[in-house]
Amino acid sequence: MTLKGKAASVEFRNVTKAFGPVVAVRDLTFTIEAGELITFLGPSGCGKTTTLRMIAGLELATSGQIFIGGDEVTRLPATDRDVAMVFQSYALFPHMTVAENVAYGLTVGGGPKAEARARAREGLHLVGLDGFEERMPSELSGGQQQRVAVARALVLEPQVLLFDEPLSNLDAKLRRRMREEIRDLQRSLGLTAVYVTHDQSEALAVSDRIVVMRNAAIAQVGSPQDLYERPVDGFVADFIGDANLVEAEVVRVEGEEAVVRIGGIETRRPGRSVAPGPAKVAIRPEALKLSEGREPGSIEGTVTRAVYLGSHLEYVVECVLGELFVIDHAMESPIPQGATVAIRLARRGVNLVPGRDSEAQAATQGIQTEPA
Amino acid sequence: MLNRTVVLWLAVGWVGYAVLPWYALDDGFWGFGWIASYLGDTEHSPGLVSGLTGERPWLAPVALFLLMPLAVLRRPKMDPLFSTVLLAAGGFGLAYVLGQGFTVGLSGWRWDFLEGWFGATDLQQFGMGYGALLVCAALLFLLSQGIAARGAVNGDVFVVGSIALIVALVATFIFFPMTQILISAFQDLDGNFAPERFGEKLVSADLWGVACLTSSVRCGIAWNSLVLAILVGVSTAVMGLAFALAVTRTRIRGKKLLRVLTILPIITPPFVIALAIILLFGRSGAASTFLEWAFGIPPSRWIYGLFGTWLSQMLAFTPIAFLVLIGVVEGVSPAMEEASQTLRAKSWRTFMTVSLPLMRPGLANAFLVGFIESLADFGNPMVLGGDFEVLSTSIFFSIVGSQNDMGRAAVLGIVLLAFTLSAFYAQRRWLGRKSYTTVTGKGDAGIHPELPKGLVRLIYGTTVPWAVFTFVIYAMIMFGGFVKLWGYDHSFTLQHYIDAFDVSWGQHGIVWAGAAWNSFSTTLIISAIAAPLTAGVGLLTAYLLVRQRFRGRDTFEFGTMLSFAIPGTVIGVSYILAFNVPPIELTGTGAILVICFVFRNMPVGVRAGIASMSQIDQSLDESSLTLGASSFTTLRRVVLPLLRPAIVAALVFSFVRAVTAISAVIFLVSARYDMATSYIIGRVENGDYGLAIAYSSVLIVVMVVVILGVQVAVGERKLGRRGTIKPAGAPAMEVGIA
Repeated sequence: MTLKGKAASVEFRNVTKAFGPVVAVRDLTFTIEAGELITFLGPSGCGKTTTLRMIAGLELATSGQIFIGGDEVTRLPATDRDVAMVFQSYALFPHMTVAENVAYGLTVGGGPKAEARARAREGLHLVGLDGFEERMPSELSGGQQQRVAVARALVLEPQVLLFDEPLSNLDAKLRRRMREEIRDLQRSLGLTAVYVTHDQSEALAVSDRIVVMRNAAIAQVGSPQDLYERPVDGFVADFIGDANLVEAEVVRVEGEEAVVRIGGIETRRPGRSVAPGPAKVAIRPEALKLSEGREPGSIEGTVTRAVYLGSHLEYVVECVLGELFVIDHAMESPIPQGATVAIRLARRGVNLVPGRDSEAQAATQGIQTEPA
Repeated sequence: MLNRTVVLWLAVGWVGYAVLPWYALDDGFWGFGWIASYLGDTEHSPGLVSGLTGERPWLAPVALFLLMPLAVLRRPKMDPLFSTVLLAAGGFGLAYVLGQGFTVGLSGWRWDFLEGWFGATDLQQFGMGYGALLVCAALLFLLSQGIAARGAVNGDVFVVGSIALIVALVATFIFFPMTQILISAFQDLDGNFAPERFGEKLVSADLWGVACLTSSVRCGIAWNSLVLAILVGVSTAVMGLAFALAVTRTRIRGKKLLRVLTILPIITPPFVIALAIILLFGRSGAASTFLEWAFGIPPSRWIYGLFGTWLSQMLAFTPIAFLVLIGVVEGVSPAMEEASQTLRAKSWRTFMTVSLPLMRPGLANAFLVGFIESLADFGNPMVLGGDFEVLSTSIFFSIVGSQNDMGRAAVLGIVLLAFTLSAFYAQRRWLGRKSYTTVTGKGDAGIHPELPKGLVRLIYGTTVPWAVFTFVIYAMIMFGGFVKLWGYDHSFTLQHYIDAFDVSWGQHGIVWAGAAWNSFSTTLIISAIAAPLTAGVGLLTAYLLVRQRFRGRDTFEFGTMLSFAIPGTVIGVSYILAFNVPPIELTGTGAILVICFVFRNMPVGVRAGIASMSQIDQSLDESSLTLGASSFTTLRRVVLPLLRPAIVAALVFSFVRAVTAISAVIFLVSARYDMATSYIIGRVENGDYGLAIAYSSVLIVVMVVVILGVQVAVGERKLGRRGTIKPAGAPAMEVGIA
């Protein structure tokens, strides 16, 4: 007897959820394939947690249809859905031991006690908590509680496993380790997992695909690489990794490529069906190459801040494009604050951002005022 | 796939309709004499038989509503037809069954206009019995399944059914009697519609006069009630907090004793405390006699009035505030206090800015309880009020006194209701702003820091003298039973106890010869039945209010809390008005006493449940649901175990309130079901103080035993917090300060 997933797909068709006059999720349509880990990423209030709770059945959709494993579950409450969820607060039952917590889902289903206990032990083994069966949750550290919560969800072998910001109560190191463990478990058991977070590095690290949400709707769906290298708008560009959003001009389009003028220099970039004229470009901090002094064919700037971070250097550079944020891994030649620099663009990491820019700007600014 | 829940309730409905007698039977709800005459007597026939034989043809169509759901048994829950049929069967079925009950009464039409339409009739029917009860329950739950299938409350059948059950019960046993008494507010003495008399009574100087501020004329009854209630509410909340802190946060000695001592006053019928105060401070009281002997102060009637009433109510209601607050004080997470201390707040500051605000919902609840208890209290102002008349006693005298003015009583009741309801709303608005969740799903480690020294002194300084005073009061009660005639002949006697509880061996075994045995056993049985029902209904309601979102939730809360705001005297009278005639005929039974207790005391269970449940993180429920547990299992295995203090409080409190209740009970007792309190009041009226006090002391002892038994059986909440590590050799000085 070993634990395994019964991975199933999840499909939303035009799902809307409203709490009175407030629309939390608007007309959502997407499909999660069986066995993949998909992350819902977005600022607080974007509707990602509501989406997760609708998969769990803790909220019922106001309109639209939800399918799990091909069966419609739209009106089915949480109890009757074959999903399990790991909560932000872990939600361990404080009056039960660790073993009782993990076996809870198995015993309420009416299964034999002995089997439930064996499965619970197996679940705890899976998350590396052998010998903790008789502890009370309050006697565990945060990371251990987190593992118990994961084990409790895993032993049910759910069709879909849900994570609601599961790592936000852990310290950074533990967070990194736990996210790797979760990813390994999900892969080795072949689970369908849905993960909600507002931490983009977490999302990039664990996901097969990421759904970026904004204002109750999907901004973009794609693999981490897709989102990072081909953001559909400024909002996504800025939310996934950092990006310097600057004004530019598309001079002309040549097939798949466009010639773009950025800060006085011309460069060829993937066109992404942007028409000639003023446009926005997202420049990753790593895509800006600095060298001290002045050089023809580059943008001239002044370093206003230089920060040493061990693995890399961070600069803020003032130039015609405004303030640019730069990450430089060339540790051997640090540039002092106040130096004049020539700025060059790398081959990757400078992307035209199609459409919806004014809206994206507004959304981005809205987010910056919100606490993370 | 058969829908099992529908099958179950259909079966219940058919048993009620086709097997059990439709009407209530002469030998009471628990009597089974009907089995013998089941076939012979048409009065004992099931509804189906009565309907088909033509005895009572209007019962035949009920079958239709119980047949309809058969058509959709195999349909899935999602099918719109499923919900439509169940909605129709349940809704129209209930309406029909109730409608026929209110149309045909004990002697023909219940309404005169029906006679005008259909002519005179010799139709008759009695109060509804087992059969009708089961049919109504079945129809109600079929209706709720229809509602759930429509997607209400996430389609949860258990939750919708619970809501429907509570709504039906509250409608039947609170709103229906209230409408009956409100109708009489608009009637004159002969029962005619007279709205002008309502207005006249509402604004009378008798109620609202303020002449006492400037002259010796008495103030309005309404002002009296209000001033007393505010004084009692504030002082009981403060004292309750002091006791709760003393027991949970200080190293005071004799905590167990303090717990018992603070519980003592609630297990005492209120008028007994008033009686003991008279034995102490009355004209021939112990303290008065001592003062005259020592200082030559002549005894007077100074204790009768506002002060005496306030004092006895303080004694009576402080323990209630204590019970409300102790759960809250224990529930405040030590992590918060530890956090505050690490933020360099001194212990005073921690207490004032963190601990105390976290206890605010508890304090507000305690104030509310004290305020409303004081307004509704009847025993203490009755005995100690003297010229100081309050609303509840005025209501009583309006009805039983020479006035016999039901209309005036109703108007006074409306004023009282307005006070208590505005208090209720003010409280809710004040409380609604902050979340106080302190028992989270995250394991919660830590110990409560020590209270500031000055506060500890203050707590000792208030609780210890108050405990001593309470002790003295109880010594008076215990002692009073052994004294021949208080104030005149202080010689020792056991006669009062022998009169009440004599047991002898007769020819056929034990003879319960004492005069009190009948009422004593009735009281214990009725209260023991009422206590778990009260706790169950109360906690279920609290669960629905705290944990479920549904349309009309505010109205639901208002309805369930309403009975708390209705004084017992009014409840008593309204029950007589409502349940004396079919379709619900309950007067003279034990059931009416049980029902009265359940719905009068239900808000206490609700409040205890709400206060503790809102401190339990909702994600615990949600995780249980996503783990496949139904909402019923979640309630049973996750919520209830975490609610143990609330369960204990609700059980103990409802049992005790049932035993000690007097105001509503005095209208509802019968020769067969007499209660201890009404028996004692009867003795007091006859001047038989000795037996009254003796009987009261026995009641108190019995209830101490019961409470301790329940506390041991249910146990204390296990949260797995690290226990306070007691420093070795705690300084004896600290108790010495107190």
